[in-house]
Amino acid sequence: MILVDLDALASCLASPACLVTQTTSGLIIGMLLFLVAVGLTLIFGVLKVVNFSHGAFYMFGAYFAMTAYQLTGSFALAILSGAVGTALLGLIFERAFMSRVYGRDVLMQLLVCYAFVLIFDDVVRMIWGPEFRSMGMPAAFQVPPLFIAGGVVPPYYLLLIGVALAAAVVLGLGLARSRIGKVIRAAAHNPGMVSALGINTGLIYGGVFALGGMLAGLAGALAAPVRSLTPGMGFSVLIESFIVTVIGGMGSILGALIGALLIGLIRSFGSLGFPLFTEGLMYLFMVIVLVSRPTGLFGKEVA
Amino acid sequence: MTRTRKPGISRRSTLALMGAGAVTFAAPWVARAQAKTIKIGMPTILSGRVAQLGTSSRNAVMLEVEKVNAAGGLAGRQIEMVIRDSKGQPQEAARIARELVNTDGCEMLLDGEASSGSFAVHEVARDLGVLCIHTCSEASSLTADPKQHIPNAFRCVRQGIHDSIVGAGYAAGIAKAKGLKKWATCSPDYAYGRDTTGEFVLYLKKFAPDVEIISESWPKLFQPDYTEVVTKILQAKPQALYSCLWGGDLTSYIDQANIYAMFTQMEVFAVNMADYTALTVVKNLPKGIHSGDRYIKTFPPTPENAAWGDAYKAKYNEYPTNWSWQNATAVMFLNEAVKKANSTDGKKVAEALTGLTIKCPFGADGTVTMRADDHTLVGYAIGWGTTIPQEPYVPDVKAGDWKTIFELEAEWKKSKGYT
Repeated sequence: MILVDLDALASCLASPACLVTQTTSGLIIGMLLFLVAVGLTLIFGVLKVVNFSHGAFYMFGAYFAMTAYQLTGSFALAILSGAVGTALLGLIFERAFMSRVYGRDVLMQLLVCYAFVLIFDDVVRMIWGPEFRSMGMPAAFQVPPLFIAGGVVPPYYLLLIGVALAAAVVLGLGLARSRIGKVIRAAAHNPGMVSALGINTGLIYGGVFALGGMLAGLAGALAAPVRSLTPGMGFSVLIESFIVTVIGGMGSILGALIGALLIGLIRSFGSLGFPLFTEGLMYLFMVIVLVSRPTGLFGKEVA
Repeated sequence: MTRTRKPGISRRSTLALMGAGAVTFAAPWVARAQAKTIKIGMPTILSGRVAQLGTSSRNAVMLEVEKVNAAGGLAGRQIEMVIRDSKGQPQEAARIARELVNTDGCEMLLDGEASSGSFAVHEVARDLGVLCIHTCSEASSLTADPKQHIPNAFRCVRQGIHDSIVGAGYAAGIAKAKGLKKWATCSPDYAYGRDTTGEFVLYLKKFAPDVEIISESWPKLFQPDYTEVVTKILQAKPQALYSCLWGGDLTSYIDQANIYAMFTQMEVFAVNMADYTALTVVKNLPKGIHSGDRYIKTFPPTPENAAWGDAYKAKYNEYPTNWSWQNATAVMFLNEAVKKANSTDGKKVAEALTGLTIKCPFGADGTVTMRADDHTLVGYAIGWGTTIPQEPYVPDVKAGDWKTIFELEAEWKKSKGYT
């Protein structure tokens, strides 16, 4: 049994082929994680609630995409319905339930979220059945992988990284530059004042929650062709998203991006050098960040 | 509960209850032996991640029980199945098994638990002395270890060690023919994954001594993403890969490895691939994955097996699983043993079961045997083949040789100190 295999890691770092393969592999894991984590961090930054049911949106995104793909055969429509469907679900969930527990005890918020983790899992079980499902890779991407500098890169993963990056850029610029972005930032900073200025904060809150849900749904839809779909599939993704937000700093979008990419790279290179300790490496890194910077790498941006 | 009842309960009824309880607990199956119907209890997993397997077990049992009942029942007594959900938790399985016998009056148990729960039910059978047939646990030690041996328990299931011997023999043949020396393994990181992979590698090296394992991966059970494992294996450039991932984990792995074109770069041996639950779910099943048989209606290639698979599909609108054939076989064994004993008495049936050979659609030669010395199933159809993406999925299964299995199994038992 090999515990630490530094030779494998060193020889990989010396080979461009291996570097390309492992880096893209880390980017894929990281970018999907980013989409889920950024929604989590956004909701926390503005609404000040930790959405423990966030993994369910990832799950619904995947199931919506699978169903749309089976009905229409169009991959674009599948992705779209994954994102739009979860956005709607997020809006309804926030208006009907989460909005009632703002400012309440954290325990209360946690209980409501946890209840919905169970409810959402059972809803999926009722609609799509308890057994695992698979969406299948669209024909357009059933092609041999690309070889870049000798490294293996599947074309589908290029699309995946591209879409996630685009989402990151749009989100970042939108929040920094647009009028709505300004209002959202203001609402995060001082909701009372924003409300007094005649802006409907309920709408802002609902919108932010829907946006967060949509990003998680997008991640689920993008992951659906390569990951098996089961009730409860959101759980492990949620745990990793929490690690990402803790590392990056709760409420920081840049932090979520950097944190997610770091986790992705730790997983891909860690599995070479520390085959039995890849999971542990993630947590170890989180501990180091927490000890040296308790607010996370970009924690200062927390409003 | 007793506290809330206190004011309302009379001394007389308390005494009556205690009396009834004493009779029930003393020897419930004797007390009710005169009942016209015979109750058979079955704890199995009907909810959670492997619910599909438990459901398919229940389905198969009911399919066979209906046939037995239509033909007059067990020694003239109609079978009534009492099936309960253990949720896959060993302590719950044990509790249910005890309750089925003591409270529900079941005279026999079919233990539809996975390995973890079956050992707990086994202890209940040891304690109560009730006839118990394990129908799902593949863990070899359940019957191979003499410490586990009790006269009233049997295992009607394929066995891990048999699969490893046959799989490694098949893989070694291909390794020699194609010159596959560098191997990688990728299996889930828990007892089943590590044991099965270890045994497979042991026999592979025995049959093909120049095989070398150059890379091992142990992803977590139910891990959503295997990309880093896939690329790690690609870096190691093995000529062949062994995996005992199963169910949704296996289908995820295939989808993710597929887009790296892994299946064109090495021979893949995935023991749990040829199960309808996985075969029918994977949308882009690569051609030529080597797999062991789990349940497939074309192996053994007999009309009896095909008819059984079709009858199951017609009734339940899905194909049977590996757990289905094992549970169906258990009911067939019970039926034949009761006929032989001409009694439904647990002890007599157990004696009749020991060493019993019956006709069975899942037998390698049309029969299966409940081996006398360790009370486990032998002679069942076991083999490996390669997959194609549509029915019959595994067109040509190479049958394992039971003579070799018996020889190596005996050696293995000796090495473990079991004999």
